Amino acid sequence: MALTGVEIFKLLPKTNCKKCGHPTCLAFAMKLAQRQATLDLCPDVSEDAKRILGEASAPPIRPITFGSGDKAVKMGEETVLFRHDKKFVNPCTLAIELKDSLSESDISKKLDEVLTSEIDRVGQKLRVDAIALTNASGDKGKFEAAAKLISSKASGVPVILSTTDPASAEAAVKLFTGKRPIIYGVNASNAEAMANIAKTEKAILGVVANGLDELSTLTEKIKSLGVEDMVIDSGARKAKDIVENNTLIRRAAIKKNFKPLGYPVINFVQREDSLYEALIAAVGITKFSSILVLISIEKWKNLAMFTLRQNIYTDPQVPMQVEQKIYKIGEPTAESPLTITTNFSLTYFIVSGEIENSKIPTRLAVMDCEGLSVLTAWAAGKFTASKIATFIKESGIENEVKHRELIIPGYVAIISGSIEEKLEGWKVTVGPREANGLPAFLKART
Amino acid sequence: MAFVAPKETYSGKVYNVNIGTGDKAISFGSENVLPFHSFEGAVPNKPLIAYEIQDVPPSDWPENVQKPYSSVSGDPVTWAKFCQDSLNAKAIALRLLGTHPDRENRSPEDAAKTVKDVLAAINIPLIILGSNHAEKDAPVLIAAAEVAKDKNCVIGKAQEANYKTIAAAAMANNHKLIAMSELDINLSKQLNILITQMGFDKERLITDPMCSALGYGLEYTYSVMERIRLAALTQNDLTMQPPMLADVGMYVWKIKETQAPESDVPQWGNAEERGIAWEAMTATALLMAGAELLIMRHPKAVEAVGKVIEELNA
Ligand code: B12
Ligand code: SF4
Repeated sequence: MALTGVEIFKLLPKTNCKKCGHPTCLAFAMKLAQRQATLDLCPDVSEDAKRILGEASAPPIRPITFGSGDKAVKMGEETVLFRHDKKFVNPCTLAIELKDSLSESDISKKLDEVLTSEIDRVGQKLRVDAIALTNASGDKGKFEAAAKLISSKASGVPVILSTTDPASAEAAVKLFTGKRPIIYGVNASNAEAMANIAKTEKAILGVVANGLDELSTLTEKIKSLGVEDMVIDSGARKAKDIVENNTLIRRAAIKKNFKPLGYPVINFVQREDSLYEALIAAVGITKFSSILVLISIEKWKNLAMFTLRQNIYTDPQVPMQVEQKIYKIGEPTAESPLTITTNFSLTYFIVSGEIENSKIPTRLAVMDCEGLSVLTAWAAGKFTASKIATFIKESGIENEVKHRELIIPGYVAIISGSIEEKLEGWKVTVGPREANGLPAFLKART
Repeated sequence: MAFVAPKETYSGKVYNVNIGTGDKAISFGSENVLPFHSFEGAVPNKPLIAYEIQDVPPSDWPENVQKPYSSVSGDPVTWAKFCQDSLNAKAIALRLLGTHPDRENRSPEDAAKTVKDVLAAINIPLIILGSNHAEKDAPVLIAAAEVAKDKNCVIGKAQEANYKTIAAAAMANNHKLIAMSELDINLSKQLNILITQMGFDKERLITDPMCSALGYGLEYTYSVMERIRLAALTQNDLTMQPPMLADVGMYVWKIKETQAPESDVPQWGNAEERGIAWEAMTATALLMAGAELLIMRHPKAVEAVGKVIEELNA
């Protein structure tokens, strides 16, 4: 939360010299509070005031980019507690834990799983975002060797190096210079050493404490040592404690502008049982985790976790949409069928998927309905006979296909007659209600 | 800077709803905080999961969720007993799907007989659901409510089109009632008001804001539930204080992700585990949004979600 006008006023020179273009320092302070002026207009403001005011206007949860290149992930920047208030900004990073006690071939196998984890869903490419290497062996040489393997086999993937030993951290982090890794395991006793490494290597620090009080003290200390890019772990491992601590951290940062906890949260949710682990991850995804560390990433599990993350992080005001146009599925000829639907991403991907399954080359006309589903768009007056007629006429499709037949979704059978009236020379055919009826429907026509 | 935990105090409280009779009766709701926020208030009960069964064999369910019931699902009484005795179900939700005019079109009398037989065979609470055909559900649920009189069941679902008769039947026979509207907080509030205006006690209601599956509109159900719960707790809105239902199984086990074999979509992995995960994850997300009563199908999904509930309360 930003400072009030009076709080800002206290920080200004209070000379009323008018150089800022305002009659008094107080008037200027009021403008600053409303964000209608910027501090640089006052030439006499002290460095101290600049720092305090700068901090107060910074986002409540620090934005941090983890990793580098096209696989880098953004974290932080959240502004609300509930997704209906405003979009959650940066989707939670999913990381897989690799222990340095594993054999080289086991590590390689897991790295392959990470590298091939990408799935396309509703037009987004989703994947396991990061690797967390744990110094389970307690041995510096093993840790470094495993880090080397990761840096050569999975070079673009963001990495968390988990160890409480500064010498091990330093050895491993040097393998990721310029790649913005996280050094996790920073605590009260190794903070100085870790901060120095982070400064030299431009790494992010993963700070761990026992409880929120201790955590706040620790982040303050690290900040005073000159490192500001941190992810924080309150020590919570049980689902109940994750909910409690993550909620209190988010509230403190957003509602109280409490800076010591204004960092992205990392949660460790490893469980032996893979399904159970996925569900604890679900608790983290819904309740404010920025990074979740897991043990296993089977394909079925990834799909479910990615989908939940996507659902929770969609904009509640603007449904996901695809571009209005006539999509070709397969290689349609001038005789191929023409179907129509709305531009709600989910609708488009379900329908186009089923058309693909049918193996019948088909055109799918996607009409802009502001991202609403078929029935919702119809009920909202956006998928109506006259709008469909205009869209088809203006699309130029009449030059592309020889026939004049339009297949509409079964749920809007009711408008088939009026489309025929408004779209001269066209015949309207009512398709099945559910898209999964499309393969049989299309095949039966050939 | 010293850390002061920013705890909230809430002005409202979710109603306590108790269902069933005897020593297997069970309560849900009653908390005065957001889901699993026992650090700032009282959470006396845990969310309850009911096993879904139906009056007709589950030929409409995907293979992978039919399988665990293959030897019992031919008959609702055997099926119900199996859930109670072998799966340790705490409650059962009997869906009278066979009464749907497009299905077997069974009569209200047939449905009532099924309800009676199931009730005679179990001692855990029973939730009695229609086939979601607004017109047919009215006579079916009236007959069911009567035959189950004083068994303290849950009757559902009352919707805008049929709430009057169903609510009257639930009231006359001492049952709890599910009020369902379609993913809109205002519609949900309005239906609860209409039902209480008939003289139905608001503390005997369960709100169903309509479920959706993970990947298929879950975010809408999630946010409607969160908003309902916030209205109940922070604004002390009495009409929004009944516990909420997530009717998970039915929505989850009809989508592609719970059915497509791995051979069709190799990138999606094992179909059986995928289906179970889909149901369990949908349920877990809705628990976080505020659901207190869940209706689910796969025993492994129920078991996993049960463990999560324990860990969220432990
Ligand atoms: C989520 C939802 C919303 C969301 C919008 C989500 C979105 N992006 O569209 C919100 C909350 C905003 C909303 C608002 C409204 N909604 Co609404 N909504 C729904 C809900 C619950 C699900 C819709 C959905 O996402 N479906 C999934 C998609 C994939 O389905 P689909 O696009 O229809 O596609 C399927 C088929 O049509 C078919 N298909 C699609 N294209 C094609 C093409 C061909 C050729 C073929 C063959 C098949 C085919 O395949 C798909 C999968 O099988 C439905 C109820 C329900 N259970 O369906 C109500 C529903 C659609 N809404 C309804 C209404 C009335 C409204 C509102 C007017 C008022 C209200 N109740 O809030 C507003 C209007 C919005 C506006 N801007 O003015 C009504 C429509 C009534 C009717 N029968 O006409 C419904 C049916 C609910 C109801 N019974 O009251 N809604
Ligand atoms: S320039 Fe600075 S000191 Fe002068 S009136 Fe404006 S705020 Fe005050």
